[in-house]
Amino acid sequence: MPGLSRRAFLVTSAAVSGGLSVGFPLAFAAGRERAAETAAGVEIDAWVVVRPDETVVVRIARSEMGQGTLTGLAQLVAEELECDWSKVTTEYPTPGQNVARDRVWGNFSTGGSRGIRESHLYVRQGGAAAREMLVRAAAEGWKAPVTECRVSKGVITHQPTGRKTTYGKVAAAAAKLQPPKEVALKDPKDWTIAGQGLKRLDTAPKVTGKQIYGIDLALPGMLVAAIRDCPVIGGKIKSFDATKIAGMPGVKRVVPVDDSGVAVIADTFWHAKTAIDALPVVWDEGPGATVSSASIATLLAEGLTAQEAYVGNKAGDAAAAIAGAAKTVEAVYSYPYQSHATMEPMNATALYTPDKCEVWAPTQNGEAALATAAEAAELPVSKCDVYKMLLGGGFGRRGRSDYVRQVVLIAKQMPGTPIKLIWTREQDMTHDAYHPISQCKLTGGLDAEGRLVALKMRLSGQSILASLAPQSLQNGMDPVVFQGLNAGGAESAFGYEIPNLLIDHAMRNTHITAGFWRGVNTNHNAIYVECFIDELAHASGQDPLEFRRKMLKPRHLEVLNAVAERAGYGKAPPGRHHGLAQIMGFGSYVAACSEVSVGPDGKVTIHKIVAATNPGYAVNPAQIERQVAGSFVYGLSAMLYGQCTVKDGAIEQTNFDTYTVLHMDEMPEVEALILPTGGFWGGVGEPTIAVAAPSVLNAVFQATGKRIRAIPLAQHDLKSA
Amino acid sequence: MASLTVNGKAYTIDVEPDTPLLWVLRDNLGLTGTKYGCGIGQCGSCTVHIDGVATRSCSVPVGSIEGQKIVTIEGLAKGDVLHKVQKAWIEHDVPQCGYCQSGMIMAVAALLKDKPQPTDAEINSEITNICRCGTFQQVRQAIHAAAKA
Repeated sequence: MPGLSRRAFLVTSAAVSGGLSVGFPLAFAAGRERAAETAAGVEIDAWVVVRPDETVVVRIARSEMGQGTLTGLAQLVAEELECDWSKVTTEYPTPGQNVARDRVWGNFSTGGSRGIRESHLYVRQGGAAAREMLVRAAAEGWKAPVTECRVSKGVITHQPTGRKTTYGKVAAAAAKLQPPKEVALKDPKDWTIAGQGLKRLDTAPKVTGKQIYGIDLALPGMLVAAIRDCPVIGGKIKSFDATKIAGMPGVKRVVPVDDSGVAVIADTFWHAKTAIDALPVVWDEGPGATVSSASIATLLAEGLTAQEAYVGNKAGDAAAAIAGAAKTVEAVYSYPYQSHATMEPMNATALYTPDKCEVWAPTQNGEAALATAAEAAELPVSKCDVYKMLLGGGFGRRGRSDYVRQVVLIAKQMPGTPIKLIWTREQDMTHDAYHPISQCKLTGGLDAEGRLVALKMRLSGQSILASLAPQSLQNGMDPVVFQGLNAGGAESAFGYEIPNLLIDHAMRNTHITAGFWRGVNTNHNAIYVECFIDELAHASGQDPLEFRRKMLKPRHLEVLNAVAERAGYGKAPPGRHHGLAQIMGFGSYVAACSEVSVGPDGKVTIHKIVAATNPGYAVNPAQIERQVAGSFVYGLSAMLYGQCTVKDGAIEQTNFDTYTVLHMDEMPEVEALILPTGGFWGGVGEPTIAVAAPSVLNAVFQATGKRIRAIPLAQHDLKSA
Repeated sequence: MASLTVNGKAYTIDVEPDTPLLWVLRDNLGLTGTKYGCGIGQCGSCTVHIDGVATRSCSVPVGSIEGQKIVTIEGLAKGDVLHKVQKAWIEHDVPQCGYCQSGMIMAVAALLKDKPQPTDAEINSEITNICRCGTFQQVRQAIHAAAKA
């Protein structure tokens, strides 16, 4: 992020549970004197604005894309603030304001299920600090000791005299006070706003059509652009013939975008799209044009046995233990590219003048979008800003700012005119940052008693960091590929205790851009591990649940036991079959038990899934339930149908007619068990996706005896022989 | 030129007759509650009512519907009184990102007009809108709730 302040946010993100008095250098007031114009009302600290009508505006730094983080973060602030929840509203500070105020709101990036788990501490402290200032202002007004004052729902009472005042009335005085040097946070056991399954704050405009998404933005004098980018990533434009479309309705300009794309600027999107579709373009497709799905599969297969690989998790001597095992089992699995396919295609709006650039964007990473805009505009960051719009789905796609760069480059060619760039679905699906492709070879060694004494797991495939953030590789290694497979740690540890273990990764990259796709590398890693563990259980004549129980670490086992018990594992109704899976991802422990039947025609019906999540703390159980249910839709869409294939270097799927997703009729009943144990903070937007596919595939094996090792399921024939 | 009645209001709009209704609503009338998701009638984000029938507006040329009555998500409520489907959606906290929900709600409102007490099987065959956040479980609950309202 060139040009952005890299000064570290002052509050440590180390997890500190509630009930403690936490000493920290409070930065909540940084730049407060410059904040007056950012909201109607009085800023108490960076997180809290109070209006005279008692409305409390909670500032939200993370992006809202449907996952409910906006509501959860507001609950955490309101909990400590002791305000009236019915009077809470929210607003986004801009990335530019964050830079100008020494990053007082911390990290804006919203991915990796981090929205709540990595900001809960400082947003709660922000709420608590504001409460103390408001109460102190009331006490000083009464010339009474603070200790004699109590607050509830934004009403402050001087207990000895019964005098009352409100946050709205003392806000101006509170804003002049110094924030406290330290604050005590509540024990989560005492929460009354956080921890409750409250309704989302942002629902009403979504049911009336009034909600404005990025794609809906209208600015005075605005024009609309449609773009065509080289269908082969890495390719360039050789030429385009703008004269052929010059007379088409509404067309204003035809402009190059970097060296790989061309855009039509028109009065409406339909005119821009019609014209760009008709524009003759000659491409120089570059070396990627020789690549196909078959050539990528060959590349990855070579990696399965390559000498060199990055080691992610190692214990004992797996090779020797396998050589000496009573029985060995070997299997090769694969997982294809997947498109994010957010319902709202990529879009952004920019207004450029030689001394200012403003961007309106649905983005998961406001600060990266700002840095991208400044770079594209060739202006200092201080002369640019990004206004975050509600996202019509993110799923990791909108952490990337390619569309922001494009709209600024287009707007730069028409200074003073706001330009809204909208990608067609076809542009969106063929220019994604795809779920990485991989293969995996697993070898297990069982002893004479059927104990798993050794496991070798060789991953071969693409690295997201190599695609999107090569500077983050560690001596060439992408540590993120080992999500769910790590030896330990608070993020995504491997669940099984196996004395001899070797998990390594042969990085095999292609010209196709790999990206963070909701669930990221846990998606395929969970299939590889959980389906192969099932294979080992069957190979040794053991029940898959009992086999797992002998090896699972306690936290992993808790959630697995919970789903097995709730689902009545092993006692499925006639004709139905159970499959299990578990993983730790994004700081949380999850497990699923799927109940599946397979008809004689091979049709798979997923009747019910019981899913357990231990996220440490549950800020809003109702929204967690929705994230769990939604995770199955995302994970099962990919497992059942999803694959993006490559022909002549380009992605072949262009729309929902060729990239099929799960619909209403295939949605299983999902029962979410939310089992927070406290002691750590995990995320909930992503981990469950990983257990969707393996739990169903293991049930399909129970039903058919057929082991599916290549995603998607739709390419396999499950008809009874 | 196209003459349209949208949400009870008559419009004459200067557009090519092959322009999809979706883009006339969004670009010419500023009714952006109707969403673009795929442009090929697959996802249902653009669902509106044409003479009471749920229709994917991305695939309807505006020149083909002269004189027909169009209702969009903005016209579903009667003044300030929300349609029972909208009320059920709020009560069941259905939307996540919400982008597909205009189309989903319009499709469900039409379904309940034809089949006031739909079975799960009827819901499955009639509600084919795509939702990537995965709200289907809440959608189903809210449909049954709206049917009882």
